[in-house]
Amino acid sequence: MSSRHDEQVEISSPNAPLQGVALEREVGTGKPEREFTVEARSQLSMVLRRFLRHKLAVISLIVFILVVLLAFVAGNLWHYNYQEYTNDYSMGPSLKHPFGTDSASHDTFAQVMRGTQRSIEIALFVALVATAIGTAYGAIAGFFRGISDNLMMRVVDLFLTFPVIAVAAILAHQLGSKASGWLWVAVVLAALTWPYVSRVVRGVTLSIREKEYIEASRALGASNSRIIIRHVVPNVMGPVIVTITILVAQAILAETALSFIGFGVKAPDTSLGLLVSAGQTAVETRPWLFYFPGLFIILIALSINFIGDGLRDAFDPTQTRVRA
Amino acid sequence: MLAYAIRRLLVSIPIIIIATFVVFLVVSLSGDPLANLRTKQPLPPPQVFANARHRLRLDQPLLERYWHWLTGVLHGDFGPSVQGGGTLDIGSEILHRLFVSMRLVIAAMVIAALVAVVVGVVSAMKQYSIPDYAFTFTGFLFLSMPVFWFAILLKEGAIWLNNNAGTSIKTIGEASPTVAAGFGPHFTDAINHLILPTITLAMTSYAAWSRFNRASMLEVLNSDYIRLARAKGLSRRRVLVRHALRTALIPFVTVTALDMAAIIGATIITEDVFQWRGMGTFLLNGIQNYDPYVVLAWLLVAGVIVIVFNLIADLLYGVLDPRIRYE
Repeated sequence: MSSRHDEQVEISSPNAPLQGVALEREVGTGKPEREFTVEARSQLSMVLRRFLRHKLAVISLIVFILVVLLAFVAGNLWHYNYQEYTNDYSMGPSLKHPFGTDSASHDTFAQVMRGTQRSIEIALFVALVATAIGTAYGAIAGFFRGISDNLMMRVVDLFLTFPVIAVAAILAHQLGSKASGWLWVAVVLAALTWPYVSRVVRGVTLSIREKEYIEASRALGASNSRIIIRHVVPNVMGPVIVTITILVAQAILAETALSFIGFGVKAPDTSLGLLVSAGQTAVETRPWLFYFPGLFIILIALSINFIGDGLRDAFDPTQTRVRA
Repeated sequence: MLAYAIRRLLVSIPIIIIATFVVFLVVSLSGDPLANLRTKQPLPPPQVFANARHRLRLDQPLLERYWHWLTGVLHGDFGPSVQGGGTLDIGSEILHRLFVSMRLVIAAMVIAALVAVVVGVVSAMKQYSIPDYAFTFTGFLFLSMPVFWFAILLKEGAIWLNNNAGTSIKTIGEASPTVAAGFGPHFTDAINHLILPTITLAMTSYAAWSRFNRASMLEVLNSDYIRLARAKGLSRRRVLVRHALRTALIPFVTVTALDMAAIIGATIITEDVFQWRGMGTFLLNGIQNYDPYVVLAWLLVAGVIVIVFNLIADLLYGVLDPRIRYE
C-alpha cells in the first residue's frame, strides 16, 4: 500500500542517493529510448484495478457510501429528531414518515438513521483501534519470535478461547453501570477484536522476516524498530485490511446483538439492535418497526462483507483462478 | 498421541485459570452482588445484609475469595449464588443447562456441517455457474444477518404456519411443562422444541463454512493429482469421492472446532430469543444480577468446551491426514 509513498520519500531524501539515481535514470532514459513504454504499476494501482473488476464489491462500496451519507447527512437534516414525539402514533410508512412511527410516536426513520450512525461509528472505531493494536502486537511477536512470541500468543489464545458476545456482555455491563454509551461498547469490541488481527499479522510477519530485503536492510544498519515500521508493517497491510473488513462486519453484528440482549447501547440513545428488540413484539401489527432496522443492519454488514471479499481478491489473486 | 493430548490439556489449564482470575477481578471489583437486596422496599434489617455478605464470602479479602472459589471448584463446589435466595446450587444447575444447550449446539453443528459440505462441493465443481453465484450470495447474506433478527423471523413464520397450516411447531422454551410420561413423548417434544433454534444456530455457521469448503475444494480440484486421477481414466464420481473430497474436507475439521467459541456466543442470543433455560440465559441472568460465581462457572465450562473441541479436532486431523504425526 504505502510502498509507493516510501519510494518518493527515499528519492527526495539525501540519505539515499543511490536509489534516487537508479530510479531517475530509469525514468529519464526509459521514455525517449523505448518505442513502446510500459507504465510501471504500483502495488496500489494493481490492487485498485483488481478491486474494480469485482463488480459486487464495487456496487457494495457504492451502497456503503450511500448508507453513510444517508445516515450522517440526511439523518442530521431530517425534520424529526430520534427522541422527538411527533403526535403520530403507530403509523405505517408514509411520505411524512417514510419508515412509519412507533407507539410512542417516535419517527422510525430518524431512529434508524441514528442507529445506523452508531453502527458506523462503532465500526470505524473498532477498525482503527483493532488494526493499530493488532498490527503492532502481531508484528512484534512475529518479528522477535522466541519466548516473547510464545507468551504474547498465549495471551491471544486466552482471548480466542471465550465467546466475544459473552465477554463483551460481562465487560459492557460492568463498565456500563458507571459510564453508559456507545463508546464503551466500541472500546469493549475493539479490545476483543484485536487478537484476531494480531494472529494474522504474526503469521505474515514470520514469513516476511526471512525475506532478503529484511536482510539487506539489516546489513545497511537498520534498527529493529525501523525494520518493523518501514518494512514489516507496510507489507502486512494487505492481509490486515482484508481481515479487518470481515472483523468489522462481525463487530457491527456483535454490537446489535449486545444491544438486543440489553448489554450494549442503552436508552436514551438508540441502536439498530435496540430498535429490533423494541420492534420484535410488533412484527405482525407494526412490521416496519422490526424490518427497517433489521434491513439496515443487513445492508451495512452485507456491503462490508462484499467489500472485504473484493479486497481479498485484489490483494491475494491466487484465490481466483479464472478471472485473474 | 496420548502424550501430545495430555501435554496440550496441561498447557490449557493455566490459560483457563488466568482467564477466570481476570474475570473474577472485573466482576468483583465493579459489581455489587447485594444490589438487588439494597433496592428492596422496605429495606431488610442489617442482620440480613451481614448474613448475605458472609454467605457470598464478601467479608473475605479478594484474593482469599478467589482461592476459596478455585479450591472449591476442584471439589465440585462452584460457590454461592445471589439468585434463588441462597438455595441455587450453581454446579447442578449448570450441568442441567449444559445438557440442554449442548443438544442444540451439536444438532446445529451437524446440520450446518452437512449443508456446508454439499454447498461448498457443488459451488466448487460448478465454479462461476448460476448455482455457484446463488450459493455465494445466500452465503454472504446469512453471514451478514443478525442472529436475533433471523430467529424472530423464523418464530413469526412458525406462528403463522401454526395458525394457518395447522402445524404445531414450538416457538418458546426447550421442553413443554407437561408431557406424557415415557421416552417417546419426551423425545418428540424435545425435537419439536429444537427445530427453530437449530435452524437459527446452523445458519450462523453454515455460511462461513460453505465458503471455506468451496475454497479448499477448488484448490484440490485444480491440483495435479486430481488431473492425474482423471487422466488415468477414473470416473468423475470416483475421483470426486475417493480423491478430492477426503483431502478437501480435512482442514474443515479444524475450522468447525475453531468456530466453537463463536457458536457458543450465538447460542446465547438464540436461547434468549426462544426463551430457553440453557447455558446462555444462565449467563445473562448471572450478569444482570451481578452474580460473580455464576459468571465464573459459565466461563469455566465454556472455556473447557472450546479447548476440548479444539484438541479433539487436532487429534482427528492427525488421524485423517497421514502426513501429520503428533509426537
